[in-house]
Amino acid sequence: MMNAIWFFLVLFSYIFSFFAGTTEAVTAAVFSGAQKAVELTVSLLGMMCFWTGLLSVAESSGITKKLEHLLYPLMRFLFPGLSVKDGAGSAIVMSITANLLGLSNAATPLGLAAMEKLQKNNLTPDTATDHMCMFVVINTASITLLPTTLLTLRSTAGSVAPFEIMIPVWICSFLSVASGILAAKGFSRRWK
Amino acid sequence: MMQSFSVFLMPALLLTVFGYAFLRRVRVFDVFLTGAANGMKSAVSILPALVGLICAISMFRASGALDFLCAVCAPFLSKIGMPSEILPLALLKPVSGSGALAMIQDVFERSGPDSFSGKLASVMLGSSETTFYTLAVYYGAVKITKSRYTVHAALIADIIGIAASLLICHVLYE
Repeated sequence: MMNAIWFFLVLFSYIFSFFAGTTEAVTAAVFSGAQKAVELTVSLLGMMCFWTGLLSVAESSGITKKLEHLLYPLMRFLFPGLSVKDGAGSAIVMSITANLLGLSNAATPLGLAAMEKLQKNNLTPDTATDHMCMFVVINTASITLLPTTLLTLRSTAGSVAPFEIMIPVWICSFLSVASGILAAKGFSRRWK
Repeated sequence: MMQSFSVFLMPALLLTVFGYAFLRRVRVFDVFLTGAANGMKSAVSILPALVGLICAISMFRASGALDFLCAVCAPFLSKIGMPSEILPLALLKPVSGSGALAMIQDVFERSGPDSFSGKLASVMLGSSETTFYTLAVYYGAVKITKSRYTVHAALIADIIGIAASLLICHVLYE
């Protein structure tokens, strides 16, 4: 799927540009895109170190185990059969907590740590497990309680009520996440 | 309210995690360093996937295909109650977070943040994530190429989110 999407994006961009006369811009985008990826990695590097460092402190003190215990019913529903020993559960719990709190700087590194732990127990390393699918689907939907960037943008644009959109945002986020979870649950029964 | 919440969030988090660990006699700094070294490794291992994906997405945007798609869809969109200036946002958000931010800024400048378009754009942006970017980063980091049903389920979540935003904004703000 990823292979097909990726190839289609590249192919279609060029085919379209031949008609639209934007071929040079598309070629320029290859170089600027590659550079942007490096810039992003560099800007992520420091935060990544910090948050995975924090995560291992949290793990060795046993605080994540407590959080995991608290969220156990939810975790058992989302990730049935997840082994407790390898620490993937703690990383997932921490990452979802960071997302809820709106700490997106923390959520990505913690999420990647969770993916690595899930991958360790994956018998088919090129194929996603049900646990990975569920975790990634939850992450592709927004579960932020406080979208700080959006609120900042609204107030700088001169909104008289920047917070007015919060309750609709929560309702829509919830519906979106819930349908993603249900879809993933449904697919996991049939998909081989 | 929001300001004070964010200001105290980080101190609360850091002091709780490090303080609790210190009291439990964890060697805080040593453990932190081990974890941080792992974090560095994973950050570097994402780079190839990021280069591939961000290039493809930038190419697609630069080709003008996105603008063309918006123009084609405009008549249909007005039927389901979506102002055509919102479509670029709905299409761009799954592939580019910064692109979506630029787009919403544009909507705010043209129609104002408290207009119907401005509110709809806010709700849509606030309730969605950069789906394909997230997919690329998460699966790229652990070198998974067969994502099975992840894309399907993620897109279902996105579509429901957009539909819900449209419905709620029409009910509340019109």
